[in-house]
Amino acid sequence: MFAYYLDLAIRSLKRNPALTVLMVVAIGFGVAASMITYSVFRAVSGNPIPDKSARLFTPQIDSWGPQYNDRGEPPQALDYTDAMALMRAHAARRQTLIYPVQLSVLPGGNRSLPIKANGIAAYGAFFPMFEVPFRYGSGWSEAQDEDRAAVVVLGAAFNRKLFGGANSVGREITLGGHDYRVVGVTRHWNPVPRFYALFGGGDIFGKPADFYIPFTRALDLQISTTGNNSCRQRIPATGWEGWLHSDCVWINPWVELDTPAAVARYRNFLEGYSAEQQHAGRFGWAPNVRLRDVTQWLAYMHVVPPESRIALMVSLGFFLICLVNTIGLLLAKFMRRAGEIGVRRALGASRLQIYLQFLVEAATVGLAGGLLGLLLTAAGVSGVGLLFRPEIARLAHIDLSLVGLTLAVAIGATVVAAFYPTWRAAHVQPAWHLRSN
Amino acid sequence: MLKMTHLSKVYRTEVVETYALRDFNIDVKEGEFVAVMGPSGSGKTTFLTIAGLLESFTGGEYLLDGADVSHLGDNARSKIRNEKIGFVFQSFNLIPDLNVHDNVEVPLRYRGMKSAERQKRIQDALERVGLASRMKHYPAELSGGQQQRVAIARALAGSPRLLLADEPTGNLDTQMARGVMELLEEIHRGGATIVMVTHDPELATRAQRSVHVIDGQAVDIAEEPRFHAHAEHAEAATTQANA
Repeated sequence: MFAYYLDLAIRSLKRNPALTVLMVVAIGFGVAASMITYSVFRAVSGNPIPDKSARLFTPQIDSWGPQYNDRGEPPQALDYTDAMALMRAHAARRQTLIYPVQLSVLPGGNRSLPIKANGIAAYGAFFPMFEVPFRYGSGWSEAQDEDRAAVVVLGAAFNRKLFGGANSVGREITLGGHDYRVVGVTRHWNPVPRFYALFGGGDIFGKPADFYIPFTRALDLQISTTGNNSCRQRIPATGWEGWLHSDCVWINPWVELDTPAAVARYRNFLEGYSAEQQHAGRFGWAPNVRLRDVTQWLAYMHVVPPESRIALMVSLGFFLICLVNTIGLLLAKFMRRAGEIGVRRALGASRLQIYLQFLVEAATVGLAGGLLGLLLTAAGVSGVGLLFRPEIARLAHIDLSLVGLTLAVAIGATVVAAFYPTWRAAHVQPAWHLRSN
Repeated sequence: MLKMTHLSKVYRTEVVETYALRDFNIDVKEGEFVAVMGPSGSGKTTFLTIAGLLESFTGGEYLLDGADVSHLGDNARSKIRNEKIGFVFQSFNLIPDLNVHDNVEVPLRYRGMKSAERQKRIQDALERVGLASRMKHYPAELSGGQQQRVAIARALAGSPRLLLADEPTGNLDTQMARGVMELLEEIHRGGATIVMVTHDPELATRAQRSVHVIDGQAVDIAEEPRFHAHAEHAEAATTQANA
């Protein structure tokens, strides 16, 4: 019967092309507006590391106290004292500290002009923790962390820029006036948003890091952060050491915890550490710690740009208005065929069969609207830069899942919109319409 | 075939109750050709729509083919309409988007019949009404008489045991009306039970017997049947009409 209903639907839609086009356009524009903004929303609100997001945690320790913290919430990063204490305790399976750096590099050797490159200072555990894929070589070892080794891992794009994409492992590069030996080159790796360095400032939806160097080496060379640096009280001493021992928070800590028991143990450890600090007189307040996994951290940090959320809501509202119009058009179209419905009922069609006939017709309108919506979405995605910041706009793209979703939403929404008109059609009193014809 | 006992149909609004049928009794035997007559608004079309299970009734009993249909759900009523009842309306009620072939096919589709069987039945029905050559025509391309013959073919295609005709010649000129009546008579001779609502006394005389409906009640029995499709039907043709 489905083929029969489809045939009837196509005949019906051909009978009144103006009305059909109106409905298809309403659905097409509505679904396109929603899908364009959804493509942006999806990009900025997705899980950047779905395989491990539940096993990666960022600890927070309240080193500021109730007078300075954010409505009871600990600072969003760690100060140097607490960060190093966590690393020394080694209470998790893996742990790393992260901060963003910027160094100059000479891409064509000493004869070329220096360019600025953005990098990450981290412990060697960073690479296995975040499943960074390598094209050549690997990350550095724990021993190299302790030795403050002058090693570097290059990002894929940066390796192309410096070495034309060749295997550069073992080569030397000069960063910020110091030589580093390349130990690894990553494949393209750019989880968006850049969850592991949200406190790093800069563009969390931007390009991947150019290079990665050991955290310990960066400290040795007194390379300061290019990310956020938030302080609450006066820095007790001037200079690098004064900054390190201040209450300024600037380090993104991450730990890998594989089981709920490990998470509970680590939370206890954090509270214990914080209590020790209280007893030692460093904290004048009760332990106040947090341990959030990746998705909890993204939500807490309000990573999704407000304009993306607003645009999505506005476009969904627009789609709703389009659907309400479609309900009206479908109702008019279906009820104009009350006579035909009466005849079909008289000839043996049950209410269910009338429902199905008209729902298939609505689904056909939805499919046509979805196809138009796809074309409009394709055009719209290329123009989202008019609505969003460029770094966010470039994240929007069409893939198979968006194509499927566009069609499914168009068909599903139209069928739902058709429930009331179809219900009215199925409840036509055949006797009345046959009598009055 | 069709027996209504003390049947009533009341249309209610907030302020008034209107009896379309009141204590309505009729018994149509299998193979009969019965004309139902009466003035406008007397309730004869209401009787026909209730007989065709297109409308529910308020009280009384209705046995169709020996089965009580009072409490059937929508699916069961639709199935009976599809399999046992054929309708012919005054205004033909063909679906304008469908050609002759597809119009005749409609009840067969709802029966879930296979394509080959449908095609055979459509061909047979259209040949029977003399329109096999017009299969691809649309209703708008046919005369009134031809449209009514298509409607009859549509009713016949499902081989119904009961044919309900509501003023089948009401929109036709005399010559076309004659043709349609001859067709109905031929169908009756083939064994179908026919109940025909008509205003026209002359048409009523061509039925085996007539029932008059006045103010929602079957009040009269017409004279003796004029022709008999089958002897046993004629014997059984005793009308139950109570005032």
